Amino acid sequence: MKKKILPRLSNLLCLSSAFLLAGCDWDTLNPKGVIGIQEKSLILTATYAMLLVVVPVIVLTLLFAWQYRQSNTNAEYLPKWSHSNKIEVVIWVVPSLIILFLAVLTYQTCISLDPYRPLDEEANVKPIHVDVVALDWKWLFVYPDEGIATVNQIAFPVNTPVEFRITSDSVMNSFFIPQLGSMVYAMAGMQTQIHLSANEVGNYAGESANFSGRGFSDMRFRALAMSNDDYAAWVQKVKASSEQLDSSNYPKLAAPSEANPVEYFSHAEPGLFDGIVAKYNNGMVMDKSTGKMLHVQSAMSDMNMKE
Amino acid sequence: MLGKLSWSDIPFDVPILVGTFAGAAIAGLAVFGLITYYGKWGYLWKEWLTSVDHKRLGVMYIVLALVALFRGFADAIMMRSQLALAYAGNPGYLPPHHYDQIFSAHGTIMIFFMAMAFMTGLWNVIVPLQIGARDVAFPFLNSLSFWMTTVSFVLINISLFIGEFSQCGWLAYPPLSESQFSPGVGVDYYIWAVQLSGVGTLLTAVNFFTTIVKMRAPGMTFMKMPVFTWTVLCSAVLVMVAFPILTVALGLLGLDRYLGMHFFTNDGGGNQMLYLSLIWAWGHPEVYILVLPAFGAFSEVTQTFSRKPLFGYNTMVYATCSIMVLSLIVWAHHFFTMGAGPNVNAFFGIMTMVIAIPTGVKIFNWLFTMYKGRVEYHAIMYWVVGFMITFSIGGMTGVMLAIPAADFVLHNSLFVIAHFHNVIIGGVYFGYVAAMNFWFPKAFGFKLNEAWGKRAFWFWFVGFYFAFMPLYVLGFMGMTRRMNHYDNPDWYPWMLVAAFGATLIACGVVCQLTQLYVSIRDRNLAENRDLTGDPWNARTLEWSTSSPPPFYNFAVVPTVHDLDAFAHDKEAGIDTRAAGSDYQAIHMPKNTSAGFFIGMFSLVLGFAAIWYIWWLAALGLIGVIATVIARSSDNDIDYYVPVSEVARIENEHTRNLMAAQAAE
Repeated sequence: MKKKILPRLSNLLCLSSAFLLAGCDWDTLNPKGVIGIQEKSLILTATYAMLLVVVPVIVLTLLFAWQYRQSNTNAEYLPKWSHSNKIEVVIWVVPSLIILFLAVLTYQTCISLDPYRPLDEEANVKPIHVDVVALDWKWLFVYPDEGIATVNQIAFPVNTPVEFRITSDSVMNSFFIPQLGSMVYAMAGMQTQIHLSANEVGNYAGESANFSGRGFSDMRFRALAMSNDDYAAWVQKVKASSEQLDSSNYPKLAAPSEANPVEYFSHAEPGLFDGIVAKYNNGMVMDKSTGKMLHVQSAMSDMNMKE
Repeated sequence: MLGKLSWSDIPFDVPILVGTFAGAAIAGLAVFGLITYYGKWGYLWKEWLTSVDHKRLGVMYIVLALVALFRGFADAIMMRSQLALAYAGNPGYLPPHHYDQIFSAHGTIMIFFMAMAFMTGLWNVIVPLQIGARDVAFPFLNSLSFWMTTVSFVLINISLFIGEFSQCGWLAYPPLSESQFSPGVGVDYYIWAVQLSGVGTLLTAVNFFTTIVKMRAPGMTFMKMPVFTWTVLCSAVLVMVAFPILTVALGLLGLDRYLGMHFFTNDGGGNQMLYLSLIWAWGHPEVYILVLPAFGAFSEVTQTFSRKPLFGYNTMVYATCSIMVLSLIVWAHHFFTMGAGPNVNAFFGIMTMVIAIPTGVKIFNWLFTMYKGRVEYHAIMYWVVGFMITFSIGGMTGVMLAIPAADFVLHNSLFVIAHFHNVIIGGVYFGYVAAMNFWFPKAFGFKLNEAWGKRAFWFWFVGFYFAFMPLYVLGFMGMTRRMNHYDNPDWYPWMLVAAFGATLIACGVVCQLTQLYVSIRDRNLAENRDLTGDPWNARTLEWSTSSPPPFYNFAVVPTVHDLDAFAHDKEAGIDTRAAGSDYQAIHMPKNTSAGFFIGMFSLVLGFAAIWYIWWLAALGLIGVIATVIARSSDNDIDYYVPVSEVARIENEHTRNLMAAQAAE
């Protein structure tokens, strides 16, 4: 019986790998950043490991279903047979081994792909900092180092780590650039982090991956990975904007809007992000390096006017 | 006087809803008229609506589930057609306000009123018969549970025509579901409907747990209990553990909304992730609550039609029990992306994968049950084979999602939608349909039509792959769930394929309805009638009594000597049915309308509370309490079936049996 099964099995394996390789132009299987690339290979490894048991199950199902059909009286019939220690050992041990392999893989990748973990490149390349605020229904990006802010568009140099701090000034959303890798939730009163980078120049789609109400479908942004020079020019372009963002006109921006166009702000008030976190948190914000709660002395913290 | 309710809450301006209302009204009037014309109100009231007979309640549950399937499926078709249209600037025909209600209602109805009601119906029809009991432990409670489930379904459908339904998804995540962001009555409809049905579900689980533990036939030790009953036992334990958590989570959300508290709000110290944790601590066990009885049904069907005992009964029991325990410690895999540390994610990820081991073992058990058997291909067996293939794929994608770092790119995408439909349709629904086809002759005394059953299977099976494989692809393409429109040209063709798949499934549903119609029409044909009570030459006790069984199930309570008691008796030539004339009077519960009235008063309470009509809510609550008191002080709740009546029914069955044997 084994002789019959093996060729069929390898055929099916080829088919399925062809299926997965064909998927190479699908966003998450066509990653353009270190995190995404590792996640793609993780997905493929896990899939192949599981196909080792899933394909035989499907093949055996079809085989047994056909072989032992009632009309096939040539097949052996054992009306009392219902137990075999050998088979039971095999059917417990084989799945267990595969799961053991996957468990080790899971543990390793939980650590290596932890969104909070700085990328290895950060040892050599100074990261870009971007503070992300999910609003109804648009994304506000603040560049604290540059003092600028944008809506629904971010840019960063290629091969440069980007450190995102993420929160929400409304309901829960999820910050996601499929071709760069991991997503993480944006939640009011909390700040999450993610470290990503792009290794190819490109204009990548970004979206909210958690339903947030009426304008959710248009809550999209573009992530532009650029050369260093282009990035510098982009920053200058934003700085040339006549718009500025401070606590007086922030509520206008934060008010619900749908399919919001890209906006640039040449100046963003310092402490904007911490203020947004703190306003849901009795004016407190967690210091990233020490983990302690600090009081935010910001004009934003008494900006609780969005109801 | 009428709280928030006003004429503007009736959606006269939405043609789809007005049309639906007209359709529902016409259908309702037609049914009403037909019942009146044939003078069946008394029969319906006495024999069905007030019945405490588990078999009748089971049938009514399944009817409810099929109606819910129809409603939930209509929602599904609307979603698929919207996404096949709403591309590149075309807004489609469902604006977000309407579309968001549709996907919320689809999930809520399919889980709470289709799957749960179908499952409870199967428990009711099968379990007492399978363990040789005459009814469940608490027959009145059983009727009450049914009515709580039914009125909640009524309540959720009232939201179609009065006000609106929740627009927050089927689990109503805060803070979106808080009154700050959802000030309408939609979320309140959701909370009240789910809470009231939760009462019914919890009582059912208590009832069946007690029944299985205390009322098994003499000799039926736990390790001689049929696998289906085992899965129901485990499922009932999970309901008793998990549903109170759901009740608390929605209760706290209700306090936030009604009394301005701050459990899950953004401000005031609330924490939305607490809600996610609670709701999934119910939500993950819930999928095992649903799928375990389906596994049980597959086991019974496979062994019967393979013409040999289930392979590895002990293993099957241990696998079921370990799934029961493990399912309680995996819930955080629904929010790996909240930014928890790697250790938390690794724990929940690995625990989730571990469930794949006992589940895989079960698949192998069914496989080796067919091995060296003589597999008879009734339509029922098609669903089993279809399930084994489909569920293996769904299990695999489930393990992919269980790896946190893979979930980081797949979470909330259409990949997730494809995965859980893969296991819920391919596992739960296929299982329930197989069970319905298998036990239908037991409940009604005639078989379901084979040809239409096979057609239904093929449409569902092929339709499933067309409808959901594209969703896996779209998930890899980064398409999130719950989108109303999009402009990515790569997504469009896959959405068209998915819509085509949904159409095929619709044909499957039509085939199932036709199957019911044709079977009822041809019920008296000799090849369809089940005179013996054992149309499939099956192995467990429920087949040892007549079809449909007498209301007391067994004239003489069977004694169990072995696993698969009835198969053992048949081989040993023991005929429990021909016990002779030494019948005894049988103690049975009387029918009662208390469950019906408690349900109706609860409906009034829920509706009034949704609309802040407090005087009416008070009336509803007083009605509930008064009915409970009245029922509790009623001592006239049981009676004895006289020996002569038992003998008459049994003799008739014996005549049927002899006629059937003569025909052979």
